[in-house]
Amino acid sequence: MRSSKSRSRFILLCVAPAVILFSLFMVMPTLNVFRMSLFERGAYSPTETFVGFSNFKTLFKDVKFITSMQNTVLLIVTVTIVTFFFAIVFAAILTREKIRGQNFFRIIFYIPNILSVVVIAGIFSAIYKPDTTGMLNNIFTLLSGHEVVVLWKSQPMVIVSIILAMIWQAIGYYMVMYMASMAAVPLDLYESASLDGAGRLSQFFEITLPLIWTNIRTTLTFFIISTINMAFLFVKSMVAPGMSDVALSFMYNQKDAGLYGYAMAAGVVIFLFSFTLSAVVNQATKRDVLQM
Amino acid sequence: MTKKKNSLDTLYKAFIYVMLITLAVTIIVPVAWVFMASVKQNSEFYGNPWALPATLYWQNFVDAWNAASMGSYMLNSVIVTAISLGLLLVVALPAAYCLSRFRFRGGKFLNTCFMAGLFINVNYIVVPIFLMLRDWDSWLNYFFRQTFLLNNLFVLAVVYASTALPFTIYLLTGYFATLPHDFEEAAYIDGAGYGRTMIRIIFPMAQPSIITIILFNFLSFWNEYIISMTLMSSSTGLKTLPVGLLNLMQAQQSKAEFGIMYAGLVLVMLPTLILYICVQKKLTQGMTVGGLKG
Repeated sequence: MRSSKSRSRFILLCVAPAVILFSLFMVMPTLNVFRMSLFERGAYSPTETFVGFSNFKTLFKDVKFITSMQNTVLLIVTVTIVTFFFAIVFAAILTREKIRGQNFFRIIFYIPNILSVVVIAGIFSAIYKPDTTGMLNNIFTLLSGHEVVVLWKSQPMVIVSIILAMIWQAIGYYMVMYMASMAAVPLDLYESASLDGAGRLSQFFEITLPLIWTNIRTTLTFFIISTINMAFLFVKSMVAPGMSDVALSFMYNQKDAGLYGYAMAAGVVIFLFSFTLSAVVNQATKRDVLQM
Repeated sequence: MTKKKNSLDTLYKAFIYVMLITLAVTIIVPVAWVFMASVKQNSEFYGNPWALPATLYWQNFVDAWNAASMGSYMLNSVIVTAISLGLLLVVALPAAYCLSRFRFRGGKFLNTCFMAGLFINVNYIVVPIFLMLRDWDSWLNYFFRQTFLLNNLFVLAVVYASTALPFTIYLLTGYFATLPHDFEEAAYIDGAGYGRTMIRIIFPMAQPSIITIILFNFLSFWNEYIISMTLMSSSTGLKTLPVGLLNLMQAQQSKAEFGIMYAGLVLVMLPTLILYICVQKKLTQGMTVGGLKG
């Protein structure tokens, strides 16, 4: 019989490195976000003074922070609605109809997801160039017949430009994912429904949507959290500093200014905000689960 | 009746194709445009953006590689990605194996912790990680007159691997849990130890999910730029490819060297595109589990 001692030693040896790395670079920093939000820290020295909730008090009066949160909410709402609408509709079409080149479309739609956000920012800098040599302005000029110059990356268009880029990046990924889950819906359900005279639309609402609802719900919750992060990545790489900020880029700016405690207070608020929001969405989308 | 239905059907089909092709075009055209722009001369950027390049001006790539240091950034990115992938596999595989197939005290707690880790995004914790490393560096400087942790490719790789642990362990434990226990029992009867059984019997069976992990993490490590930008902040220091590209894009706004910038863009995305074309089937199949990423 194998000794239980060698068993425990084996388990310890296997698990310890992961636990150490995880605690050091994920658990401790996370706890630190919360702890440091209550302190003020010197920009270059590690001395910290406890200031209680004063960072939060200043934060809620900071117009820049409030604007950045408003931008975040606007991004979450628009990007989520547009992305999910098109992703679900396209996925339903691609799985239900016999489309030639289905594989080709799938391959193409997934491409934005494998590109670095920095690359996407570079691509969109060519699209959004603020004169007629930019792709979008050039197309509008050609279509309208007179010179159209929209300053895509300046106020007030900048937020629209970010939204478009984010949708461009996300849509294919979710479409491919829903295609996978829709393909699992048994075909005979559709057959018997169409024998009963149900059209395409009612099949979509009565069969497809309810059966993949759990999947939609999970992805929706995660999408909201990830939109907050992606918005930061897009703003940081695509938009000139100070032009427009979202929640996490506000936090990062405070870090760059050396206001570490203040930055972490913003981090805590954004963290709690994202969790509350996804919990609310998770509750609001609760339906009775249909079994396939 | 049937005739009317048929023409409606055709209209519906045509509408679908128009929509699909529109979406495909909005993805293909900008990407292809960047490839085209990367071989244009600088003067060509002031004319019609849809014009084909007059000549294939490969000098852009030479300049991006040498003058804009994209070559050395590429090397840095290769080093960081390779080290972090290797480290991630060495650390995550045994941990996931034990967590999914052995019952031991604290095992359940650890599983819950790693699951909770899925919700922690690096963007929130990058500042504390930076401060922690900087504090440790100032201790090192105090005792050894040497800083080590910031601007270090290896440390960056360790941070990458650590932050990828929850997702990787989540995927692997899910897979290991589906394997029957008979394999190990047979191996134990044959006299193989725990470690030998794990490495020789279980890991080869986990190959498909190991490949999925390598693919997803390769993409996220190669494309990452926030951690890299924060931890490799010294102006003369080592940069990874996306950060180098970001600097190139910002410098380009004043210098207007468009050709070099687009060449740099191509250098960053080409490896991921080639990989994608080779393994696209695997990637889009494995993505149902990747739905939690982001």
